[in-house]
Amino acid sequence: MKGSVLLKPILLLVGVYLVLKFVLPLFTAPLPASLIFLYLALTAAGIMIFETLSGQSTEAFFGPIFAFLSGKGQTGPMKAARLAVLILFPLLVGWQTYISTAPSDQPPAENRTIHPAPPGEFVGLSNPVPNTPENVMAGKGLFAAFCSPCHGKFDGKGPAAKGFNPPPADFVDSGTIAQLQESYVFWRIKKGGVGLPVEGMPWKSAMPRWEVELKDDQIWKIIMGEYDGAHQKPRTWE
Amino acid sequence: MNNHGEQRGRIAGFLRGRVWSLTGLGILIGFLGLPALGLAEEAATASAAVAYRDIPQLGGSRNIIWVVAQLHLLLGGFVLGVPIFAWVCEIVGWKTGEKRYDKLAKEFTKLLTSSYATTALFGGILLFLLIGLYPKLMAYLTDVFFPAFVLYCVLFLVETVTLYLYWYGWDAMPDGGLKGLHLFLGFLLNVFAFFIMIVPNSWATFQASPVVITEGSSLARAWAATWNPTWWPVNVHRLIANVVLGGFICGAYAGVRYLMVTTAEERNHYDWMGYVGNFIGVFGMLPLPFAGYWLMREVYQYNQQMGITLMGGFLSWLFILQAMLIGVLFLGANYYFWLGITYRIPGAEVKYRRPIMAMLVILLLCLGVWMTPHSLVASLEEARKLGGTHHPLLGVFGVMSAKMTVANLMILVTFMSFIMYWRAGKQETATWAKVARAVMGGVLGVAALVVIVLGVWGYFVPAITRINYFSVAQVLIVLFVLLTITPLTAVLLRSAKTTSEMVWGRMPPRAGYALVLNAVMVILLMTLMGYARSSSRVHWHIYGVMRDSSQYAYSPALGYAAAFMSLNTFLFCLMVAFIFWVATMGDKGKASIRGAKS
Repeated sequence: MKGSVLLKPILLLVGVYLVLKFVLPLFTAPLPASLIFLYLALTAAGIMIFETLSGQSTEAFFGPIFAFLSGKGQTGPMKAARLAVLILFPLLVGWQTYISTAPSDQPPAENRTIHPAPPGEFVGLSNPVPNTPENVMAGKGLFAAFCSPCHGKFDGKGPAAKGFNPPPADFVDSGTIAQLQESYVFWRIKKGGVGLPVEGMPWKSAMPRWEVELKDDQIWKIIMGEYDGAHQKPRTWE
Repeated sequence: MNNHGEQRGRIAGFLRGRVWSLTGLGILIGFLGLPALGLAEEAATASAAVAYRDIPQLGGSRNIIWVVAQLHLLLGGFVLGVPIFAWVCEIVGWKTGEKRYDKLAKEFTKLLTSSYATTALFGGILLFLLIGLYPKLMAYLTDVFFPAFVLYCVLFLVETVTLYLYWYGWDAMPDGGLKGLHLFLGFLLNVFAFFIMIVPNSWATFQASPVVITEGSSLARAWAATWNPTWWPVNVHRLIANVVLGGFICGAYAGVRYLMVTTAEERNHYDWMGYVGNFIGVFGMLPLPFAGYWLMREVYQYNQQMGITLMGGFLSWLFILQAMLIGVLFLGANYYFWLGITYRIPGAEVKYRRPIMAMLVILLLCLGVWMTPHSLVASLEEARKLGGTHHPLLGVFGVMSAKMTVANLMILVTFMSFIMYWRAGKQETATWAKVARAVMGGVLGVAALVVIVLGVWGYFVPAITRINYFSVAQVLIVLFVLLTITPLTAVLLRSAKTTSEMVWGRMPPRAGYALVLNAVMVILLMTLMGYARSSSRVHWHIYGVMRDSSQYAYSPALGYAAAFMSLNTFLFCLMVAFIFWVATMGDKGKASIRGAKS
């Protein structure tokens, strides 16, 4: 009975880990270790909270653990198991510490800033080009000529997209241009990856600096075409 | 003669015994005086118009201001938050005739009086340091806000007088008309405290969102600068946050006292006080996310650059840390409620185990969503497999629509925890109880469903529709639930039969630790968001008006900032522990005298 109280949380933790690590990637992209750790920590916190809600449940949960670790009255396999835990656990901690601090040829995990703040001169700009069907169509035409090789049909899946890491932005995704004001998109197109501020480092964006080839009004038209084609609306305050 | 000799000998012995202490004190004073030498040297070479002074020996001017300002703000938050619920407790005690509420209100006020002087002291230190270290900025602010400075001094004066009258007049005005006068003093105390909070808020918010007019009287200029775009959002946010801070600190105080008490009477009292502290903290915590959302919205609307720096730029990781801290706070507050149900209400453990489990699972799922960043921390290999740093499935959790939805759901769950606690151990006898329960269940279920639907729908509408309508609707729905279920439950319980009497003083020690954890989380949260608010100005003292041209005109790295947040939290806890220890020293003395007499 006591064993089963302890078994359920262990099975839950293992189950959550297996689902996150192996089952989820069958349907979508694998999760990074940082996220798996986060979700496992939440699960462990939940278990601790639930199992310590009353004196009875606390005793049922910690009783077997303390009994096992204290070694009172243990003989045979249980005694050997306790010894194994007492030896292996510190070794595991040591190993984990070693692999997380030992020099490696792998680059460190990145927590780059995807949307750094724009420079002052790009703040509050509004699109000077009238939003007419002709201008939208012209924008889509410019998009097809200059942007679609990477951004495809606004979904980030152009023929050249596979060559880039990070991949070109998917404008259909509600987490990209739909969250931004037009002035921000204007800045990104005009200045490209090389125009990103230091806070956006390490930035590996291959976005060209389009101010070299396009005039401002062409960029504004592309923005109109982009929003229209991706069925999104720019962020506004009105 | 002999006596004189003995006396001289005693004095010499006394001095000999203390010679090392005095030497140590001298060295300490000398050490503390070292920076002054640096300042004096600097002052000798400086020109008349000094823009900055520095004390690098003490970590640099910015770090000194950072620590002192944060400590002053935390102390101020406590000192301005406590009078609100101390006064409410006094009113409850007066209306119900229950003396324990009056005793509790007095105990809250005792903590207040002992913290008040330290708050003022830190305010003074901050002012002197600002004048000394940032003279150019302070000269500008003085020029703009001089009328407000005068008003602040007057407010401080009347607040101090009112506090003295309120505290020292407590026992002198026990009942009748005098009690009414005492309650009026409590009301005045809160009115002055509110203005003491909003006046300096205008100086800080002016730095972030300045309104500068060059013409008009000094009063007109001060008024224009005061009424800046983020003033009221910050006022509201801080007012609520102060209640939360005060509530949880009082809860932590009760938790620590609960762990130390030796008598059953004290054990019961501090158990109850811990419950009240946690309740006040939770009560404030429910509307706090709404106020924070409004503030961020105003910041974004005021200046896109500042908004993006905070919510999408390099400070955006702070909001993931914020989610973690708020998550721990929600879990801690609920855990305390649940412990209260299982320990204080005999027989409730089995009955409420399943509902508690359901609420815990919802809270954890919501927290999982809230803590999932938009851009994931991934190694190169992981990012390659992901196809970027946005997960195709979980990436949707990273945007505001998801965060707002889960924040609202967590508020609903926490509210239901409280309702469950309230109803535990009682049996409704009203004939319409069944209908009332169905209505409450229906309101809660429909509200949760609508909040989720609006959250999902938010992905498919323009950002402005989501911000102006959907998010506001979510907030209003949750408020509607709070405002319908609370009075309904109160009416329902008026005629209820108590099946299990609540037993105070039976909570396990971990309940006390949970209260301390909640207080630490709130303090950490305030230090975190203090850094966010201040850093959002980037290299400006006054955004867009006065540039920071000192050597510290850069944003500190997040790890460095986190170390300072922890330091400030630690120092504040240390200070509060010391102040409370001093405040309760007399109680221990009285208790031991009472013990000796009996």
